[in-house]
Amino acid sequence: MTKKNNNLSKQQKEYQTFEKQRETKRPVVKNCIKAFLIGGSICTIGQAISTFYMYYFNFTEQTVGNPTVATLIFITMLLTGFGVYDHIAQVAGAGTAVPVTGFGNAVISAAIEHRTEGYVLGVGGNMFKLAGSVILFGVFSSFVIALIKTILMQWGGF
Amino acid sequence: MVFLWAFLIGGLICVIGQIMFDVFKLSPGHTLSTLVVVGAILGGLGIYDNLIDFAGAGATVPITSFGNSLVGGAMDEAEQHGLIGVVTGMFKMTSSGITSAIIFGMIGALLFKPKG
Repeated sequence: MTKKNNNLSKQQKEYQTFEKQRETKRPVVKNCIKAFLIGGSICTIGQAISTFYMYYFNFTEQTVGNPTVATLIFITMLLTGFGVYDHIAQVAGAGTAVPVTGFGNAVISAAIEHRTEGYVLGVGGNMFKLAGSVILFGVFSSFVIALIKTILMQWGGF
Repeated sequence: MVFLWAFLIGGLICVIGQIMFDVFKLSPGHTLSTLVVVGAILGGLGIYDNLIDFAGAGATVPITSFGNSLVGGAMDEAEQHGLIGVVTGMFKMTSSGITSAIIFGMIGALLFKPKG
């Protein structure tokens, strides 16, 4: 940010301070409460799905995350397709973005949005436009962490 | 009881995300990427599994668990095959999230027309 500011002329700096004054203050506390309630509710629904899978399909607490995530993404597909998800997301902010439903929504909405450009270049090319960064940084950081941990365990004797 | 903890912990992780949106003015992409990396670090330290035992879906549903299970899958395979397992096992535990996102994304694109 500071590097950027050095190249600005006087007017541009003045405009920036003016812009900062006029910028509507985000209601942080209110947004956090909404995110908490809606995010918590999504996790509670997830817990209900988990309990169902643990009870009927013999999953353990550690493995039940997989079918739960898949089910939640399926529900997200329906909500996204019928245009309900956007309305919830507008209210919830991070409450719908942080749970895995946000990941699903990013993929599915990109797929639906770009279908007019064709299935190969539109849907295929844009599906991971938004979710790609999550996969990239998730995989790369996990790779580094797992590498360090394996080396420590094998040669360090931990 | 686990329902209450799922609600509280899941909600709390979402509040952290919301604070990153509003206070640090990060884009959703930056926020989610950061949370995944944090999840991977917590997974590597072995803390995240305890959180899953404690909070159930409150820990498995937020995107942080994606990082955790990437590390978990890689470590699982690495224990058997050494360093090469880090690459071969990476998606072992996360396949459901990615696979279902791709499949339902395609089905969604086939079924629904874009709005607005």
